[in-house]
Amino acid sequence: MNKKTRSLIQYMTLTPYSIWAAVFIVVPLVFVAYYAFTDQNFHFTFDNISRFFTATSQIDDGESVKEVHTYLVIFMRSLKLAVISTVICLLMGYPLAYIMARAKERTQSILMTLIMIPMWMNFLIRTYAWMTILQDTGILNSILSALHLGRVHIIGTETAVVIGMVYDYFPYMVLPIYSVMAKLDVRLLEAASDLGCPSVSVLRRVIWPLSLPGVLSGVTMVLIPSISTFYISQKLGNGKFYLIGDAIEGQYTANNLHFAAAIAFILMVILLFCMQLIQKLTNRKIIVP
Amino acid sequence: MKKIVEIKNITKSFGSEVVLDNINLDIYDNEFITLLGPSGCGKTTLLRIIGGFETPDSGDVVFMGENINGLPPHKRNVNTVFQRYALFPHLNVFENVAFSLREKKVPKDEINKRVTEMLALVALKGFEKRAVTSLSGGQQQRVAIARALINQPKVLLLDEPLSALDLKLRKDMQVELKNIQKATGITFVFVTHDQEEALSMSDTVVVMTEGHIQQIGTPVDIYNEPQNAFVADFIGESNILDGMMLEDYKVRFSGHTFQCLDKGFDAHEAVDVVVRPEDVDIVPEEKGHLRGVVTSVTFLGVHYEIIVDIGGFKWMIQTTDFHDVDEHIGLFIEPDAIHVMKKSKFSGMFGDYSSFSDEMEQIGEVDLEELEELEAESEPDNE
Amino acid sequence: MKRASKIYTALIMVFLFAPMVILLVFSFNEAKSLSVFSGFSLKWYRELFRDEETLKAVVNTLVLAVLAALISTVMGTAAAVGMNKLRNKVLRTAMDSVTNIPMINPDIITGISLMLMFVFVGRLFGAATSLNFATMLLAHITFCLPYVILQVLPKLQQMDKALPEAAMDLGCTPLRAFFKAELPEIMPGVITGMIMAFTLSLDDFVISYFTSGNGFQTLPIRIYNMTKKTVTPKMYALATIIFFVILTLLLISNLYDEETVQKRREARANKKNAKEART
Repeated sequence: MNKKTRSLIQYMTLTPYSIWAAVFIVVPLVFVAYYAFTDQNFHFTFDNISRFFTATSQIDDGESVKEVHTYLVIFMRSLKLAVISTVICLLMGYPLAYIMARAKERTQSILMTLIMIPMWMNFLIRTYAWMTILQDTGILNSILSALHLGRVHIIGTETAVVIGMVYDYFPYMVLPIYSVMAKLDVRLLEAASDLGCPSVSVLRRVIWPLSLPGVLSGVTMVLIPSISTFYISQKLGNGKFYLIGDAIEGQYTANNLHFAAAIAFILMVILLFCMQLIQKLTNRKIIVP
Repeated sequence: MKKIVEIKNITKSFGSEVVLDNINLDIYDNEFITLLGPSGCGKTTLLRIIGGFETPDSGDVVFMGENINGLPPHKRNVNTVFQRYALFPHLNVFENVAFSLREKKVPKDEINKRVTEMLALVALKGFEKRAVTSLSGGQQQRVAIARALINQPKVLLLDEPLSALDLKLRKDMQVELKNIQKATGITFVFVTHDQEEALSMSDTVVVMTEGHIQQIGTPVDIYNEPQNAFVADFIGESNILDGMMLEDYKVRFSGHTFQCLDKGFDAHEAVDVVVRPEDVDIVPEEKGHLRGVVTSVTFLGVHYEIIVDIGGFKWMIQTTDFHDVDEHIGLFIEPDAIHVMKKSKFSGMFGDYSSFSDEMEQIGEVDLEELEELEAESEPDNE
Repeated sequence: MKRASKIYTALIMVFLFAPMVILLVFSFNEAKSLSVFSGFSLKWYRELFRDEETLKAVVNTLVLAVLAALISTVMGTAAAVGMNKLRNKVLRTAMDSVTNIPMINPDIITGISLMLMFVFVGRLFGAATSLNFATMLLAHITFCLPYVILQVLPKLQQMDKALPEAAMDLGCTPLRAFFKAELPEIMPGVITGMIMAFTLSLDDFVISYFTSGNGFQTLPIRIYNMTKKTVTPKMYALATIIFFVILTLLLISNLYDEETVQKRREARANKKNAKEART
């Protein structure tokens, strides 16, 4: 193609999207920063940011009343639950992805479809279904009591929130790992055995390192939505376990946009830092499929 | 003969890399012309400039007396057979061939007639409805040729069209392409890096390297009278030696003075001397012009290829008689086996057979002594 | 598959589908109870179809998803074509990174950021509430675009670069060459991109939540509002219907896939036969 047509095509095709991306992707992020560092009258201030780190509240745990940093506690709780959920998803999902990748072609496509069905259900419905199950008067407890096993109180605990997160985001862990593993050259595994690797070693020294890009994108795709969710904690945590997403949503509902922006800004910076760290540590680029 | 395409002072660079440097070339009517050179020599870029896919930085392309510099590809009376055919996978054989006729809104009956004729020309009758993806390489090649020829272009551009085919099929296609060219009378501009292909098919060969044309001539001229060390080395096998022209018909190289057929050099002018491996006779040591030791022998079926060390320079000689490694032999060279060339920037770069490829020269030989030393070091201490 | 693998896979499937099945069963429950099935009834379905707000939300969602999918597919495909031709490395990296932002950023941040901009711009023009159908559509197009681009780009990279050139060589203008040679080649990517955009738009709650005005509800927002207050099995009926719609769509797309796989196999067999015939 000659130069003139090429630049004409580039101009025609790229301009609409470039403008769109600038206006609706980049500028809004600038607005987050702008709101985060201004007060109601749009005067510059650090108050919103410092409030995140200094605001305190009292917790009554029955015995004594403790004073804690509200938002730091919320953030650490979000991080903890998100990490736990991600690890569980990985532990559950990795073997499944491996099994799928080694199965017959037809079985593979059936399993893929099966995993995708819950994924296409709206996550509100998925979460809501677990609420139904885990309630004190829910199905789980009626089954348990029918079997004379007593009752459990799960709803409103961190466990329930983790169950919800794992259930909602599990497919996002399996699919990227599976797609990397399905592409693995079988001859590589044969070569490894040929070079004297027992199968456990093949897994550790060949399959795991080669599937790492899939694992990384799986981890990212589970960690990020679970750290920032706000519906799961409301429904399954009975609103007792405020997460960072709830904090943002709460401030939004209260029309406190500047503080909502400040929390979002801090969350964004921390996530950016984490992703950079993961990339540095693993020396790989995180690919979002 | 009528000039059909004139390339005038064309220069083209990509970024800082100059791909074509002031190229001048005339292409004549009804000619099979081949642009030959190693990859990166600019031959494909030159073809794409004729086709209208690249715009030259400076210079002119003249087509039948008319400057077509700014003319886009779809307005040029030139068609192209692409390197990997570029057949449209979503269309069947018939529709691929009919593509340009449909674009021109040719009536249906005429399309049917012309496509059928064209498929007959390339021996693909009965393949009309087949998916192009289900065809073999050779068949895809024919479809690509039919598709490009159906428009009856003045010039057909072929960009390494045979490189994806296996050896035997390639030979068949060479013959067929030549026949099609003769039958249609269309000018073929053929790009290849395969010198054998270029020699066997072309009326004219254009040897290129590093963005320059090195030589234009008939295949026989190019082989027998290479203009510099690059052409001599690239076309066929050559021993290229530093020599000195003593006077007309007398040249000195490898410590011996030879009779030759070349003249017109200055007295005592430094020159490059080409001796083709098949032109050297092996004689008993005492009867030769030159004396050397055989360092390696490779059996190639028709002949042996032996490497002979003569005063540190490795000669390649093709012979039908077997000579063993370490044998001392004499070389006898007739005057008509010697070709003398002017010195060029390629002098000293080619023509010694210590290794065949440049890559091997960079890697260097395995140093056996070093290897032994390494092994000795890694031996465990038993004491 | 080995026995252990089968059991493991089955257990995961139970985990994935048990909640769906429970919703399904209890959508037919006569009573309002979540734990005791007291008899079969279609009462909740009837009630659902009488719920005008939900029905309106369904229509809204579909309109929004169709518009978002179409616009993002056209713009995204064009953008992918341009990005693929981009030779300037710095510009290309910049485009790639910006395109990645909506995919890597949590939805809540994308939602908040767009909302802040809409509110700010709205205030500049003196509007009390600036969030409405339009803002939501803009937001949906924005988060759909990267997925379309990501589906189309690899198809463009895999495509033989000579195809559009061949079309031009045979008499097409550059624009016609795109439609006649390039587009048919990248069509699978364009279609997948459009389907993805459509489903992402249908499914989105978080970004919609922040960018929708009070007057405009999509289905996910309707579900959110329904589950905010007291529990009603009407929700289960809705979920069951959605489940079967999704199931049907996935089955159709799978059948379609298998058909194309089958066709490819036949083509391969043809090729093999042709080879054998020659020898």
